[in-house]
Amino acid sequence: MEHLLSLFVRAVFIENMALAFFLGMCSFIAISKKVETAIGLGIAVVVVQAITLPANNLVYTYLLRDGALAWAGLPDVDLSYLSFLTFIGVIAAIVQILEMALDKYMPALYNALGIFLPLITVNCVIMAGSLFMQERDYNFSESVVYGVGSGVSWALAIALLAGIREKLKYSDVPAGLQGLGITFIIIGLMSLGFMSFSGVQL
Amino acid sequence: MAKQASAAEVLFKPVFDNNPIALQILGICSALAVTSNLNTALVMAIALTAVTAFSNLFIAMIRNQIPSSIRMIVQMVIIASLVIVVDQILRAYAFTLAKQLSVFVGLIITNCIVMGRAEAFAMQNPPGRSFLDGIGNGLGYSAMLLALGVVRELFGAGKLFGHEILPLVKDGGWYVPNGLLLLPPSAFFLIGLFIWALRMWKKGQQEPAAFKLAPQVKKD
Repeated sequence: MEHLLSLFVRAVFIENMALAFFLGMCSFIAISKKVETAIGLGIAVVVVQAITLPANNLVYTYLLRDGALAWAGLPDVDLSYLSFLTFIGVIAAIVQILEMALDKYMPALYNALGIFLPLITVNCVIMAGSLFMQERDYNFSESVVYGVGSGVSWALAIALLAGIREKLKYSDVPAGLQGLGITFIIIGLMSLGFMSFSGVQL
Repeated sequence: MAKQASAAEVLFKPVFDNNPIALQILGICSALAVTSNLNTALVMAIALTAVTAFSNLFIAMIRNQIPSSIRMIVQMVIIASLVIVVDQILRAYAFTLAKQLSVFVGLIITNCIVMGRAEAFAMQNPPGRSFLDGIGNGLGYSAMLLALGVVRELFGAGKLFGHEILPLVKDGGWYVPNGLLLLPPSAFFLIGLFIWALRMWKKGQQEPAAFKLAPQVKKD
């Protein structure tokens, strides 16, 4: 239990997906102009991440890993080179299913998240979560925790950035730095702030 | 993109005029994490250029056969297959580098440059030109990546490609390395400054301010 808790804290603060690994930058910058949309996208990422990561973990453990197909009588088969293709397929499929299910059963939530869901398929955070899970050999419960944690870390970062950017539009920024340039510098400062967590040991 | 753009224009326009990182805000995800030394930056740049060029080529070849409702999946499968090839080649011939790049090779799949060019260019243009467009955008990305890699490795560690350029103080030289440049935040600062420089040079790329401060003394 303690181990999982520390994994969660590490995923949220120390290994923040956006600020320490630069993942999901495209939508991180494009969607962070307003706090509400940023939070909407953040929640969508948390949901998708929390579902796809364990799903990919199961697929990897029981289908792709070296010797994983032993249950089918094929102990020598190693399909791990197919992991990229499989993960992205699983992610795309889950996002699609989630979109349809939300549309049918929870129209209110669908209206809130709807426009963000298709964007999420190509959000690097989701894919990166699965790849980190593969590289670090997480088991199922770890992958659940890591999925939620890394999703939350990204949502937190984008909400914070959107808050800053909303205030920033009233400030007098040099012409060439306007927009994208100053956003990068802010992210740099935020990243510097988040580095102070890196000494935290649990 | 004009219909009659020449081959050279297709190839070089993305490098400065329409740089995928600086202007289109695409593919930044991986641009930063791999630039703390020049080796990984170079490998990443080559890998991405190859994937973009070939995915553009293949998608342009079958563009008339892809039903538009499932084109995303088709594009994704082509890109993912190419990335697997790149990853396997890296693991075979440059294993330590592949380990350093860790998940970032796999993340080429979700790199928006690849998808973006496939969707925006390769779906409407013949294979040859799409291939050039892929290389051009790859070069635009590479230029940014290598520039970052040079600055970060040279001033952060006093080295280029692992060879000592500026002798460090701790080895009896004179250069005190700036450790901040090896840390993640510096990549953001540098890219922000690069964008600033690029936009001072090409004024057309500047974004208008959302609000203008009213001058207090006089109007001009």
